[in-house]
Amino acid sequence: MRPQTEAELAEAVRGAAGPLVVRGGGTRGIGRPVAGEVLETGGLSGVTLYEPGALTLVARAGTPLAEVEAVLAAEGQRLPFEPMDHRGLLGQGGEPTLGGMVAANASGPRRVQAGACRDSLIGVRFVDGRGAVVKNGGRVMKNVTGYDLVKLMAGSWGTLGVLSEVAFKLLPAPESAATLVFDGLDSVQAVEMFAAALGSPFEVNGAAHLPDGRSVLRVEGFASSVTYRAGALGRHLARFGAPGVLDSEESAALWVSVRDVAPFHNGGGDVWRLSVKPTDAPGLVAKAGGEALYDWGGGLVWLRVAVGTDLRGALGGFQGHATLVRASADTRRALAPFQPEPAPVAALTQGLRAKFDPRGILNPGLME
Amino acid sequence: MQMPVPRADVIAQRARLFEQLRAVLPDEAVIVDPTETRAYECDGLTAYRCPPLAAVLPATTAEVAAVLRICHAAGVPVVPRGAGTSLAGGALPTADCVILGVARMRDVLETDYANRFIRVQTGRTNLSVTGAVEADGFFYAPDPSSQLACAIAGNIAMNSGGAHCLKYGVTTNNLLGVTLVQMDGTVVEIGGPFMDAGGLDLLGVICGSEGQLGVVTEATLRILPKPEGARPVLIGFDANEVAGACVSDIIKAGILPVAIEFMDRPCIRATEAFAHAGYPDCEALLIVEVEGSDAEIDEQLGLIRQIAERHNPVEFRESQSEEEARKIWLGRKSAFGAMGQINDYICLDGTIPVSELPHVLRRIGELSKQYGLDVANVFHAGDGNMHPLILFDANKPGDLETCEAMGAEILKLCVEVGGCLTGEHGVGVEKRDLMSVQFAQADLEAQMRVKDVFDPMWLLNPAKVFPLAASEGRRG
Repeated sequence: MRPQTEAELAEAVRGAAGPLVVRGGGTRGIGRPVAGEVLETGGLSGVTLYEPGALTLVARAGTPLAEVEAVLAAEGQRLPFEPMDHRGLLGQGGEPTLGGMVAANASGPRRVQAGACRDSLIGVRFVDGRGAVVKNGGRVMKNVTGYDLVKLMAGSWGTLGVLSEVAFKLLPAPESAATLVFDGLDSVQAVEMFAAALGSPFEVNGAAHLPDGRSVLRVEGFASSVTYRAGALGRHLARFGAPGVLDSEESAALWVSVRDVAPFHNGGGDVWRLSVKPTDAPGLVAKAGGEALYDWGGGLVWLRVAVGTDLRGALGGFQGHATLVRASADTRRALAPFQPEPAPVAALTQGLRAKFDPRGILNPGLME
Repeated sequence: MQMPVPRADVIAQRARLFEQLRAVLPDEAVIVDPTETRAYECDGLTAYRCPPLAAVLPATTAEVAAVLRICHAAGVPVVPRGAGTSLAGGALPTADCVILGVARMRDVLETDYANRFIRVQTGRTNLSVTGAVEADGFFYAPDPSSQLACAIAGNIAMNSGGAHCLKYGVTTNNLLGVTLVQMDGTVVEIGGPFMDAGGLDLLGVICGSEGQLGVVTEATLRILPKPEGARPVLIGFDANEVAGACVSDIIKAGILPVAIEFMDRPCIRATEAFAHAGYPDCEALLIVEVEGSDAEIDEQLGLIRQIAERHNPVEFRESQSEEEARKIWLGRKSAFGAMGQINDYICLDGTIPVSELPHVLRRIGELSKQYGLDVANVFHAGDGNMHPLILFDANKPGDLETCEAMGAEILKLCVEVGGCLTGEHGVGVEKRDLMSVQFAQADLEAQMRVKDVFDPMWLLNPAKVFPLAASEGRRG
């Protein structure tokens, strides 16, 4: 099914006889495999409102991300959270949509400073599992009117409702960027360096440690400010060695590869995503084994392990969560792709699902 | 303003309730004497008052859970209370309720600079969170005007903002985790010192739920390194529209100030008479603050000056010293106090798309004439969060009602132009009955279903947020 309007979308959900596989651009085959009729949102497309002077954009959920990024770039603006493109990692085709990005709460390296997708999302319209159209939030960036279902929808992977429209607050795109490259730090030293960098006033908005051993920091802004802050950071972090510096263009390419976890695109293996307390990260990686890419100053770890590895079993208890992002459908059936929740939290999650999707037809089981 | 009829059965059973509460809390933490419960009869929305049945002041999560279990079993409504600074009546009691105050829970539990978070008990005041980390060069970003007094519990309940949220976001963007006690006493940990949710973003919906989903007893908050420096400029204009256009141009130029504050002539005059900040006598003024090193500040202010000059400002005042910077902020920060000196007022909190600013200010002027009440405007211009202050005389019969009617008109106007009823104060009881202006029945239904999950008996702060008619079938 491929509805062309919100009303048709609502009709499709209302009339559904069984489970629906909700699909934006089909670029993120993540979670427990779902069987059902495919419901595509790509027919709901187009930017409905863009006000550069108010830093806000509203678009239908099926709008290709690339289209929105082009519209924003023409005004020197961007989505602040640097959404990850999963295609390379998952070996998938398709065209990422805004709705899919929101459903995955896809957030890249800049999350460490500018927040996640959910932090920039200011409004949603969606169709719940009953087929009712619901709106929440709006098009203004400060809004506490009623409960914040906007956040609840971000990262809910189409299991609570099918998004029909999304609204964002934006940021100006910076004039310039620079990346500091430190060689030879091990993961513990790298995370220590990140703590010193992110705890400094120099507004670092990218902090990653790559499998090839490089540890990288990014600053963005007006050109003179970038030069100043890159220099000041180098001095502040002198005890970690003398960094090399990448200019705007080299920097952009590097951070796309961090954002999309390029080092793990080829070469097989299952890929897990760990969200943890940064200083815990190196110890957890040591315990699990495998190859790691650290982002968010250590708070996000991409871990490549042998096919079929039960990573949670290997790690034991820790603060945070592990998500199995890349694995065969069989492995994603065998190992819960999303972190199982403690009983009282799971009860709330189940309760919300039962309220928003009482028939259990929206991507059923995907997040279990 | 209507409140539900207090439940006679609950009030009749109060002696037994007090006894049960005293069994789980120290005597001094259970307040039942009518002369003492009056201290809890209202919050910052002082026009409405009602003493509660009792007020309790637990000191730990376990004590909160014990209190809630008792009230849950007895079917007693509970109204959570932070510091009682809500301007929306979020902590207004009913005669059959227990006020659960977190005032005795003020400890810092953990400070972690390497991972940039602090974990606190939620009775701690907003400013004292920053106070706990500033000597080490950090701060907690959300800065509501009441930050000296307001508690983190209330900040989380209302998703509070502040003057600097244009750059740093509001409470929800700076909250990493909570310990939440549900009405039945179940304690849940949501989130923690990591940057996203493993499953559904429950933290996102708990923040801003106005104490209706649970009592947040502990919170993990993101702390940030202090900037190298910050400096405000003051820019005066001869028309509101021009000031509004200047805000839009600054944003479009790619500058992201930490704050852009707006005051109109009535507000400038009142604060000047009160605080003597030396503001120019003009139609509208902006205070724009930028951060960074001295050179970075100079560069940004240079750009702002270029942009402002295209709009023929009547004044462009840069601060050359700490003292001058303080004076630029002085008037803005004393605006509410200044208005309080000359009049009673109600403070609205609607948000509008920034592009609608001139139109909305014009309409507010017309409404002011129509209702015969003066309005002063002071607000966060960068994000469109308006704070019109409507002045009235509490001693004049009918004046409050006229004022509220006019306030409702202004909030409807905010919704009409694409904005919302409340940007940072919350709905509480104040805007409860206007919710159906902004939301259709299905929208409210979706929100109320969330409460059904967390608090199936609707005992937590039940008479707030949703129009009473909409929630009637759910409340006991």
